[in-house]
Amino acid sequence: MDATLKQTITELIAAHGVLLFMKGHKDAPQCGFSNQVVQILKHAGADFHTVNILDNEALRQGMKEFSNWPTFPQLYINGEFIGGCDIVTEMFQKNELQPLLDKARKAS
Amino acid sequence: MLSHDALAALIRQAIPDAEVLVREFAAGGDHFQVEVVSPAFAGKSRVAQHQMVYAALRPHIDDGVIHALGLTTRTT
Repeated sequence: MDATLKQTITELIAAHGVLLFMKGHKDAPQCGFSNQVVQILKHAGADFHTVNILDNEALRQGMKEFSNWPTFPQLYINGEFIGGCDIVTEMFQKNELQPLLDKARKAS
Repeated sequence: MLSHDALAALIRQAIPDAEVLVREFAAGGDHFQVEVVSPAFAGKSRVAQHQMVYAALRPHIDDGVIHALGLTTRTT
């Protein structure tokens, strides 16, 4: 991966306690899976930042490589890749997500 | 288009003892819901389990034959 892109990604992940790479924007999701994660995070009262990968093809491909994950959405909490819609939904239902969100650094 | 059998076969190539249940959830033949059950998932994080399945299906995710993939993994 291009070094500049990797740095951009690393800085993004470090800058936000709860960060969602998604299709669309938190207030206007453009995909059902992305929307589902947004709704879960809002319901959980999380302070989260979103990045629209539809706007940036280089970032879109970069995140697939960086996360070793071929799809979006991709949720990061405190710099750790948590997973996509299925994993986030399952964790939320089993009350595993809320504790992670509560420990997350506040959005800047 | 990818048949359910073909999709299940791809997953079983990578995870030979897996039970695979495939459903489509939207018209168009490219939105799939897949449940994979295998002891090979034991001890792995959910992310790692899903990465095993994605690795098997990656070519068809990249070429768009699979547009959307809902995935559930379990050990039993």
